[in-house]
Amino acid sequence: MPLGLIGRKLGMTQIFRPNGEAIPVTVIEAGPCVVLAKRTVEKEGYNALQVGFGHVKPYKVNKPLRGMFKKVGVEPKKYIKEFRVDSVDSFEIGQEIKVDIFKEGERVDITGISKGKGFAGPMKRHGFSGGPASHGSAFHRYGSSLGAHTEPGHVLKGKRMAGHMGNVRVTVKNLEVVKVYPDRNLLLVKGGIPGSRNSIVLIKKSKKG
Amino acid sequence: MDPIVREIEKEFMKADIPDFRPGDTVRVHLKVEEGGKERIQVFEGTVIARSGGGLRETFTVRKISGGVGVERIFPLHSPAIEKIEVVKKGRARRAKLYYLRERVGKSARLKERRS
Repeated sequence: MPLGLIGRKLGMTQIFRPNGEAIPVTVIEAGPCVVLAKRTVEKEGYNALQVGFGHVKPYKVNKPLRGMFKKVGVEPKKYIKEFRVDSVDSFEIGQEIKVDIFKEGERVDITGISKGKGFAGPMKRHGFSGGPASHGSAFHRYGSSLGAHTEPGHVLKGKRMAGHMGNVRVTVKNLEVVKVYPDRNLLLVKGGIPGSRNSIVLIKKSKKG
Repeated sequence: MDPIVREIEKEFMKADIPDFRPGDTVRVHLKVEEGGKERIQVFEGTVIARSGGGLRETFTVRKISGGVGVERIFPLHSPAIEKIEVVKKGRARRAKLYYLRERVGKSARLKERRS
């Protein structure tokens, strides 16, 4: 079984279950992805498929890559990723993988780059509670004490402080597939996923049920 | 919003929603499931607000029940809503009629709108 697809986050909305329950969904344009190369245990030491997704103008692609696309016989793809599979034998180079590998009710893991929040304080970054806003308090949004004095004599490693937040690779696990549109290459999953609109995400089947 | 997301919303939207505005009196026929059986419950009152857009649009209905004000917010396109009936059209000069919450009795009425 192919284990994943490359997709583009399109945005969020809500849809209704027949009983009237409203569920939040994220709409993802998922695939179609083209198999560009195979990685095998014999040659590379692991089994995986290299797949491509998205349109790019041919002149934007450098010559070695253009040659590779020509060899496969497909239009150049903007994004190239590898997905681990158990066995590559059932796939052919040039084969299209579509969103119909996912079914409604299944669980998926989605990986993306989260929205960058810049330099954030400990309240926003780590959920610290902060201090009173008024009544003469001088302690508002700082992190509090960094630790004890002479013993240990230094700030413990990993102490949660202010710093850069977001813009990191995040995986959200076990999201329910609410709806699949095979003819339009669309996937609706329950809940939010990392990243802004039009950001690239990787969709994989969840390992656990 | 992305045009594709809008298209998906359209698929789930109802086409048979009557035209009503804040100030109108409506009867909302609601499907309620109780002990495996389904029945219809009616909630009648004044629409005091409509908010949101597309599939996510909601409306607020206010009524006085046993001397206590009751407000319910319904998703406009929810499948749990069987039918919306417009009983009376009311004349309102603003989109959100939250001022009705402070009014009781005569002053909480709205003039009828004639088309």
